[in-house]
Amino acid sequence: MEASARDRKIEDSLLRHVFETGRGFYLIVLALLTVIAFGGFMWMGQLRGGLGVAGMNQPVYWGLYITNYIFFIGISHAGTLISAILRLAGAEWRRPITRVAEVITVVALIMGSSNILWHLGRPELIYLPMIEPQLLSPLIWDVGAISLYMTGSIVYLYLPLIPDLALLRDRSPRLRKLYKLLALGWTGTERQHARLEKAISFMAVAIIPIAVSVHTVVSWTLAMMLVPMWHTAIFGPYFVVGAIFSGIAALMIAMAILRKVFHLEKFLGALQFNNLSLLLVTMSCLWAYFTLAEHLTAWYGNEHAEMAVLSSRLTGAFAPYFWGMVIACFVMPLAILGPKKTRTITGSVVASTFVLMGMWLERFIIVVSSASHPRSQQMWDAGTYSPSTVEIAITAAEFAAFILFYVLFAKLFPLVSIWEVKEAPDEVEAGS
Amino acid sequence: MTEWGMAIDVDRCTGCEACVVACRGENNVPVTGPVESLRGRTIEWLRIERYMEGAFPDVRMRFKPVLCVHCDDAPCVKVCPVSATYETPQGLNAQIHPRCIGTRACAHACPYTVRFFNWSEPSWESPLEQTINPDVAVRWKGIMEKCTFCVQRIRRGEDTAKEEERPVRDGEVDPACAQSCPTRAITFGDLEDTDSAVAQLFKSPRAELPLADLGTGPRVAYLQEGEWRGSVRARSQD
Repeated sequence: MEASARDRKIEDSLLRHVFETGRGFYLIVLALLTVIAFGGFMWMGQLRGGLGVAGMNQPVYWGLYITNYIFFIGISHAGTLISAILRLAGAEWRRPITRVAEVITVVALIMGSSNILWHLGRPELIYLPMIEPQLLSPLIWDVGAISLYMTGSIVYLYLPLIPDLALLRDRSPRLRKLYKLLALGWTGTERQHARLEKAISFMAVAIIPIAVSVHTVVSWTLAMMLVPMWHTAIFGPYFVVGAIFSGIAALMIAMAILRKVFHLEKFLGALQFNNLSLLLVTMSCLWAYFTLAEHLTAWYGNEHAEMAVLSSRLTGAFAPYFWGMVIACFVMPLAILGPKKTRTITGSVVASTFVLMGMWLERFIIVVSSASHPRSQQMWDAGTYSPSTVEIAITAAEFAAFILFYVLFAKLFPLVSIWEVKEAPDEVEAGS
Repeated sequence: MTEWGMAIDVDRCTGCEACVVACRGENNVPVTGPVESLRGRTIEWLRIERYMEGAFPDVRMRFKPVLCVHCDDAPCVKVCPVSATYETPQGLNAQIHPRCIGTRACAHACPYTVRFFNWSEPSWESPLEQTINPDVAVRWKGIMEKCTFCVQRIRRGEDTAKEEERPVRDGEVDPACAQSCPTRAITFGDLEDTDSAVAQLFKSPRAELPLADLGTGPRVAYLQEGEWRGSVRARSQD
């Protein structure tokens, strides 16, 4: 096939989901908006009545909102791994999935940090930590790390989008002004390409330490406190590993949905799923190793306060969640993705779903089981935490908003980097 | 400079909770009601912890008034992102209510669990609203609050002493809990003044600092006889 004709074909198939809008689009947007509206309504109730309408209490001051916060920011590590690490490693098969991953990063960061709004006792003062920070507070480090990561991720999503924006400017029947503005006068000259590659390479290197720092700092908001099973040095790397782990799982689920809905089977193919599955298994083993190291140390040390938390996880009130997490994060991915026979696209979606549930449970167990067992032992039974309707509704709204942002992005921009695929079409197609 | 501290004689405490009531009245501590209390939303700047020791028929009940220990190196102060909690030069750990944004990080950081969050807007059933102490601000929903060592009484004592051009006398300033204790289990005063009653009690071999091994430097000491030492911290049997 001639090169230009092939390019045209790639463009057509990758721009279709931007140009063609079916009934399904409006239906899903409507459904998501309903869930979000209900969450918003419940939040209004919380604003009026105070956080008492949520299930939190003394000593469990942090609940579902912080769990979601850590979970979503964990997911956001998908983009960094795929687009930065794999780009630097020169893995050609990542070309069609970089943007899918980067969008997850940005949207997950938005959803994750939005939890601060409903978590705070006085959300109207959310600006105060920015203008008058107390720099010793790990929460301030969080603000800094996440702002930096958010900025970096948006830039890193935007840069490789520029050539595709120029394409949209030239080919789109609507919103041409917007695309023209965003395309920054891209004409595709060699000089522009050289500059873009340089900028992307720079960002790819810069974003990795930022991403590592983000989930390290998120873990430090817990680890810096004298709370049993929070106050441990392993939390930084443990959270980073967990973040990348859940990020890969989220990416595979997104890819599986997108390839079906937008007919991207040719680009998001078996090769990509196979390689990501192997990465997922690797991260699963790493995760299990960290989990073992953390819990064994606490068990062997047999410190009274830590044992209370540990036994609540192993045999107590949190045992169903804990063992559910072990099965979902370690047993299932290995059992499904280990054997070649089940390492299929369906298999990776099933395993990824388990991993996402397991990682959400992990964050929940870490936050709530430790919080339920402070050093002041008479407070152990003061309040037990179970999420209220408000918290569940807001959580559902967060997930709905996550999908909505994704759907809207797909309506405006191509989800597969067209120019990058065009650069190496053979590698991409070899995998399909 | 004064450094306020408190010594609590656990052997004297009868668990009558007069201090709890006095604290509530003095500091406008909100009453959350039975439903919210069962959900773990009680606000008690000062609470009595009960410890059952031994097995029937050889049982002993011990009571321990628990309040903010006003740490020298307070974990709560470090984690606040907006400096809503800080340590005053006189060693009080103070909460600035208007600054508080309600992250509740301080509540987790505190190993003594003596910081309280206003889960809903505090309200007083009529005619209880007439009992509100005008010297103490009423808090609102969404913020943390905690024991202040009755800072309003400290300031009043200091003002009186200043007017009379003399230093504050030992025993002149008493928080509501110390004042109301029928067995005089609570002694309050200046730890810097080595002759003060509280400083003497801190030197007593009966004195023990709560969770001393954490290195938070509590300014509240518990006094108890040797035979019971350590057992106060044992897990409650109830």
